[in-house]
Amino acid sequence: MTLKNGVLDPQGKAIGHSLNRLGFPEVGDVRQGKFIELELTETDPAKAKERLDEMCRKLLANTVIENYSIELVD
Amino acid sequence: MHSAVLVFPGSNREGDVAQAIELVTGRKPSMVWHGDGDFPKVDLIVIPGGFSYGDYLRCGAMAAQSPVMAEVKRRAGQGVPVLAICNGFQIAAEAGLLPGALMRNANLKFVCSDVHLKIESSQSLFTSRYQAGQVIRVPVAHAEGNYFADVETLKRIEDRGQVAFRYCAADGTTDGSGNPNGSIHNIAGIFNETKTVLGLMPHPENAVEPLFGGTDGKPLFEGLCEALS
Repeated sequence: MTLKNGVLDPQGKAIGHSLNRLGFPEVGDVRQGKFIELELTETDPAKAKERLDEMCRKLLANTVIENYSIELVD
Repeated sequence: MHSAVLVFPGSNREGDVAQAIELVTGRKPSMVWHGDGDFPKVDLIVIPGGFSYGDYLRCGAMAAQSPVMAEVKRRAGQGVPVLAICNGFQIAAEAGLLPGALMRNANLKFVCSDVHLKIESSQSLFTSRYQAGQVIRVPVAHAEGNYFADVETLKRIEDRGQVAFRYCAADGTTDGSGNPNGSIHNIAGIFNETKTVLGLMPHPENAVEPLFGGTDGKPLFEGLCEALS
């Protein structure tokens, strides 16, 4: 989950400032987000993705301010 | 006026708001546990402040999916008034009862202080005892009160007069100097389209007794009592 473009990210900004201070002047804009790992019983990838999409819309992401992407791994 | 105050694991201002309501109406509200999908018929539902579910995932995200909120959404749809304060505002926004979202304060700090609010309209159940343009002083205590809505939503709520309160300076100026959290358009509280749901970050329930620093929050409860009794 990451904040949508156009949504101010003060935490990302603070992280960027810290990195600059630590000697990484090459760091410009920083956007931070959230990473969630789920174990599923569903084995069909298409079905799993569909269910995950529903989970994101219902609870895991707030689509007013956040984008989300889904990745399946074995 | 019979009211219900919702209680989630992690709520902490439910007692304050219950006391404010009792002070004004003379009647104790029913305290309703989050797992309760069924509660008595009431004239007003209050979602109080606190840190429901430890603010896990996002403030208000889990509480918005609780059994009691499904019932609150159903009743709000029928026009039962809902007052959502602080964490309650976050829950109501997550539940889709109000537009927009509450984000981390722009300065990343928990803010605990008195703020000045400008009353945008007296044309609602919640603000009838105030004058439009009036400045009141009430406390805030939150880390995630930075109101955000996209450009179209913002235009819609502004055009429809859904902004209830704006942060302002003591003299009523809304130039951002009185804004404690970076909220867009200095928004401190908003109504739904029918003005039967109010969400606000400040705590009117903590400004009802002179001994506690002021009574500017009291007219909100008096107005509700008058309208709903």
